[in-house]
Amino acid sequence: MTQRRDYEDIPGTYVYDAARGRIGYALNTFCMSLNKADNRARFKADEAGYLDRFKLTPEQRRCVLERDWLGMLKVGGNIYYTIKIAFCDGLTFQDVAGMMSGVSKDAYAQMMLAGGRSPDGNRYKVSVDPASGADTDGGGGSAHG
Amino acid sequence: MARIIAGIACSHVPAIGVAMDKGKTDTPYWAPLFAGYGPAREWVAAQKPDVAIVVYNDHASAFSLELIPTFTIGVAAEFPIADEGFGPRPVPTVIGHPELAWHLAESLILDEFDMTIANEMPVDHGLTVPLSVTCGQPAAWPFPVIPLCVNVVQYPPPTGLRCFKLGRAIARAVASFAPDLKVLVYGTGGMSHQLQGERAGLINRQFDTAFLDGLSRDPAALTRLTHTEYMREAGSEGVELVMWHVMRGALGDRVTEVYRHYHVPASNTAAAVMILENRSAA
Repeated sequence: MTQRRDYEDIPGTYVYDAARGRIGYALNTFCMSLNKADNRARFKADEAGYLDRFKLTPEQRRCVLERDWLGMLKVGGNIYYTIKIAFCDGLTFQDVAGMMSGVSKDAYAQMMLAGGRSPDGNRYKVSVDPASGADTDGGGGSAHG
Repeated sequence: MARIIAGIACSHVPAIGVAMDKGKTDTPYWAPLFAGYGPAREWVAAQKPDVAIVVYNDHASAFSLELIPTFTIGVAAEFPIADEGFGPRPVPTVIGHPELAWHLAESLILDEFDMTIANEMPVDHGLTVPLSVTCGQPAAWPFPVIPLCVNVVQYPPPTGLRCFKLGRAIARAVASFAPDLKVLVYGTGGMSHQLQGERAGLINRQFDTAFLDGLSRDPAALTRLTHTEYMREAGSEGVELVMWHVMRGALGDRVTEVYRHYHVPASNTAAAVMILENRSAA
């Protein structure tokens, strides 16, 4: 039986499921290597050369080199792994969360101090065109569609 | 005979550990959160547990995607502090309790829970932050710890109901261990938070409050929450709350809630600590 993926209509969310697991292994394995201080130093010294050790797709490679945090999620990055690149850069989880949600560091910090992002209006993708069935908000997180 | 005296539900945000390690707990940002840990710390110190079972998840520290066990029990004599990408936390090595851990491993497997057994396992903030906030900064942790690691990094994690049943099996296993030990069970992670995507920063105070109430009074109803409900209502990483069901299942039906504290924000997360004393015979 095929699994029901009824979480795919949650907006702005990239669940690390089987579909992403199938494309993300090499990218996340690179991230895992950054748990070792020696590897962090090698990566910082020669990022492109270090990435040659892993079988990344060109798009995965671009996302890493350009620190496209949202892009990494779309090509199979798992946030618990990709955050290790951010740690290498001296960034925090909150810095990266702000960048992924497209607001400034201060605006994100203020949102959190005010109680965080409300679930109201954020439970479902903005609109689903009943004719095509395609989501139209463009900000979704489906790796399956 | 060993007995489970209580359960502690506790969030395990990495930034909370960093705040302690860097001496920032008195800053205006962190002081309100840490004020809430004081009474929990006093309670733990007064109870003097002999051993703790800490249910937590690894964050790409001990386990990579190479091998993804759903439930792992650590049976080692000690567990080193993991380097998660910014150097190991400056906290004491975690001392294990191999005798009880092996008893649990054998009992749980024969009770139909197919545990992975870890003889070597570095532990990350998922385990050490709850110890730090409830024990402070001692030169050595005040009790040995049995790490019980749950996969929540690769979807799907085990269901809440499965976790609850594992807790029940832990209760049976502890009750069949002859030495007279006071056992404390931690359920860690949560509460509402989302670390990824355009929806990062989601917090749902209403959901969290209902979850705390339910854990205390009607845990069976909470075990019916689906993964999608956790992710939609409590954020994609809010699904970590399934781990709290292991703790709650280990307590039996009758508990007394003796302490609760809830604070937003701890970095991206709603952080809670709650203590439930066990009133049930195993």
